[in-house]
This record gives sequence, C-alpha cells and structure tokens, in this order.
Amino acid sequence: MAPIISVRDLVVEYDGRRVLNELNLDIERGETMVLLGGSGSGKSTLLRQIIALERPKSGTIQVNGTDITNCSKSELKKMRRSIGVAFQSAALFNSLNVEDNVALPLREHTRLAPSIIELVVWIKLAAVGLADYGKLFPQELSGGMKKRAAVARALALGPEILVLDEPSAGLDPIVAAELDELILLLKETLQMTVIVVTHELPSAFRIADRIAMLYQGSFSTVGTKDEVKANQSPRVRQFLDRIPGDIAKTSAVSAHFEKYLHSAEAY
Amino acid sequence: MADVLENIGEKTIEHLDYVGSLNIQWWATIRAMAQALPFIGNRYRWRATVKQMLEIGVDAMPMVSLMAICTGFIFAMQGASELRRFGALRYVVDLVAVGFTRELGPLLTAIAVSGRSGSAFAAEIGTMKVTEELDSLRVMALDPVEFVLAPKCLAALISVPCLSIVSNVFGIVAGGLFMLFSIHLTPALYLHYVFEAIDLRDVVMGLIKSVVFGTIIAQVGCLEGFRVRGGPDSVGRSTTTAVVKSTFLVIVADAIFTAIFYFTVKH
Repeated sequence: MAPIISVRDLVVEYDGRRVLNELNLDIERGETMVLLGGSGSGKSTLLRQIIALERPKSGTIQVNGTDITNCSKSELKKMRRSIGVAFQSAALFNSLNVEDNVALPLREHTRLAPSIIELVVWIKLAAVGLADYGKLFPQELSGGMKKRAAVARALALGPEILVLDEPSAGLDPIVAAELDELILLLKETLQMTVIVVTHELPSAFRIADRIAMLYQGSFSTVGTKDEVKANQSPRVRQFLDRIPGDIAKTSAVSAHFEKYLHSAEAY
Repeated sequence: MADVLENIGEKTIEHLDYVGSLNIQWWATIRAMAQALPFIGNRYRWRATVKQMLEIGVDAMPMVSLMAICTGFIFAMQGASELRRFGALRYVVDLVAVGFTRELGPLLTAIAVSGRSGSAFAAEIGTMKVTEELDSLRVMALDPVEFVLAPKCLAALISVPCLSIVSNVFGIVAGGLFMLFSIHLTPALYLHYVFEAIDLRDVVMGLIKSVVFGTIIAQVGCLEGFRVRGGPDSVGRSTTTAVVKSTFLVIVADAIFTAIFYFTVKH
C-alpha cells in the first residue's frame, strides 16, 4: 500500500540558512510516527511543511497522492480537511467557548443541522474527556485540558491524519502520561495515522510505532522503537542517553573566553 | 556616502514593500468581502460583521460625540473672535456647518476610530498570530482574510460614515449652542442658516472621505497585526505603529481628497 505521506528531497531555507536538508520520509497509513529531536533540529519546520503552512525551497510532499507543494487551492483545501492539527499552544480561539471551538470546523465545512453539530461536538469532547467542560472558555482551562480541547477540535471533521505538535510540552508528568494514553486510545479506536512532534523521550517511546530523529535538519535515524533504541550512532546515543554537549568547546564560546582571558591578563 | 544611499534605498524598499502588502491585502479583502454580506454571504461572517460594527460604531459614539461637541465649541469661539472684528458674526454658522460636514466630522471620527479600533485590530490579529490561531484557521481550511479581515473592513466601511454623521450633528449643535448663548441666535434661525450654508455635495464629499478613512484604518490595523513577528512585545509595537500609520495616511488621504474637490468643483 502506498504511504499516506511521502516526503521527497525536501529542502527548506530561511534567509539562505538551510533548515531542512534533502529529507526523505514515508509515513504509512495507520501508523504513529514520532518526529523526535532537540530544539532547533527542524522537527516543527518539517511539521509545518507537512500541513502546508509553509512552502519548501525544493522537494515534494505527497499527502494521499496529492503533491501539496504544487497543487491548486481547492486541492489544498480538500487535503487540509483530511488532516486534524493540534498546535503546541493549543491555539484555541479565546473568544469562543470550548464547544464553539470544536464546532467551528463543522459549521464552516458541513451542512449539518445545529442539533447534529451539538451531538458531534459532545462526542468529540467526550472522547478526550472534556464532555462536562464545553461551556468553559479556553482561559478557564488548565494546560492539559487546553491540549485535549485542541485534540477534540482536530478530530471534529473525522480526519484521516492527526498531527500533534509537542502535545506534552509544559505539562506535568502525570498529565503528559494521560495525554499519551489518549493518543493511543484515539489511534486504536479511530484507526487514524498520527504524527507527533516531541522531544520528550518517555512520551515518544510510549506512543510511537516508528520514530524519525532529526538532527540539524537531517534524519539521524528512522525506524521502529527497538531499532532506534539499538542505534549506536553518536548523535542518536547523545540524545537518547541525555549526554550534554560540551558548550565550552564550541568555537564562538571558546573565542569569547580567550578574548576575556587576554583582556584580564592585560589588566 | 555609500551608507547614506544604502539607508535610503533600504527604507524605500521597505516602504514600497509595505504599500505592496497593503494593496495585496486590499484586493484579497474585496474578494472575500462578499462572504461578509448579509443574505448572499456566510451568516457567521455577517454575524461577526455586526459584532464589529457595534464595537467600531456604537461603542465609539460617546467618545466621538464628546470630541465633536468640544471641537464645535472651539471652532465657533475661535471663528467668532476673528469674525466679530468685521461684524460678520453670522458667518460663524457657515464656518461650523461647512467645516464640519466637509472636514472636521470625518477627520475627527477617523482619528478617534484609528485610536480605538485600528489599534484593537492590530492587537487582536497580532495576538492571534503569536498564539498560532491564524495557523490554526489555515489548517482548518479557513481563509484568515475572509474569517478575520473581511468582517472588520466591512464593519469599518459602514460604521465610520455613520459615526461621521453623528460627529457632524454634534459639532453643528455645539456651534448652535455657542451662537444661542453669545448672540441669542434662535435654534430655528441657526438651523435655517446651517441648511443655507451646506449643500448635498458637502455631505457626500464628507461621506466619501469617511469611507476611504474607514478602509485605511481597517487595512492598516489588520496589516500591522498580520506582520507581527516574534512574541508579545511585537504585538505592542504593532498597535502603536497601526495608530501612527493609519492617522498619517488618513491625513494624507484627506489632503489629496480636499485638493481634488477644490480643483474639480466650480466655485
């Protein structure tokens, strides 16, 4: 079966600085792919490319066979309706309560009767454990509840692909673990493809079918959890074993220290 | 010397880029505005437009009225102090009536709306950008121009001329009160002189200006919001810039319109 998402030779540059370097990745239908990597490794940039928020310098991204880097507006619109996205900041609309936030895509893209929309919203909120909190506004929710509400909104149109950007960032370990369980449950019950961007190792190894680890805009490894765990590449080991980089050895820092020592000696 | 030229070139390109962005946004708004119209458009957009009209128009009425009353008094008093010397106190009525309908009414309203609503547009859209709400709209296959900008622009196009009429009325009434207390000119006679002084062309000219001012305020406010980069501090900067630029552009547009009317209309 053809992969649901296929990334080929993807290059992304910001102001001439290369952020993603000829990436190739296939995401199979129904799998949970975790994009893992440190801060600034390019995982959120890759995610923004996959959901067509940005255009690459070169390369292609096919979603369900449609090249989203070079397609018409109507095709892009159709593709976007098949992807549900929950952003790192949840990105709920503060002027709408939780119910209206979840109902928004249904009101905009379907001709369902208000009573049916109400029912669908309740089902989506119940699926993420927020059925009793629909009348609250985003500012009245905790961090974990906001993320769950964002997942409920992402699920509203019944997407084939669920994309979660740093779902457990800024949450305490218990809430983060609850969110992991929710992702597993949703994947099992709704049989959807899930893409998760994270740098939380426990979370990544709990929910992933496969992991793609990014380092400075390139994949350092792509494989199953066991394959990644067994990988002996220094980059992968450094990340997995949480070995700190030696900041004093970086050229900018050492140059600064040298200058400081010289001026101290002169003084 | 090279630095100076480089600086001038850089600033010129920056300003041209701004004007270009303003034009692109304006055309996009015109295309999207049909969706914000009642009956033929999307009912949620029309609802948003009505909400915006209340915020731009109704909520600003006390402020605009008070500004017009104060300016009406000032205008009448300053005019009277000079015209009294020539025994032409009666012409204070002409001065206030023509001055308000052609110039002061639309200009005062635009300055008030720019300070209240232009800054609010920039802050709202800038915050939506920082909190990824605009991205969230895009991934839900919703156009931010249609969803956010079109209702604001349509509301400004309707509200600003209405507020200008309110401003005209209060300014002229203030002039009438001054004439009543200073030379005991009866309200009936004052109104008679007012209608003698102004004609339909003056009112229409003021309203055309108001429509243009409303467009400038909405477009600049929204563009500043869309151009927010980085964190919350840039939202603050964008609100200040929105007020400064829209006020400046309103005055420039006023000068251009007044010159056009002056040179094209037979005296």
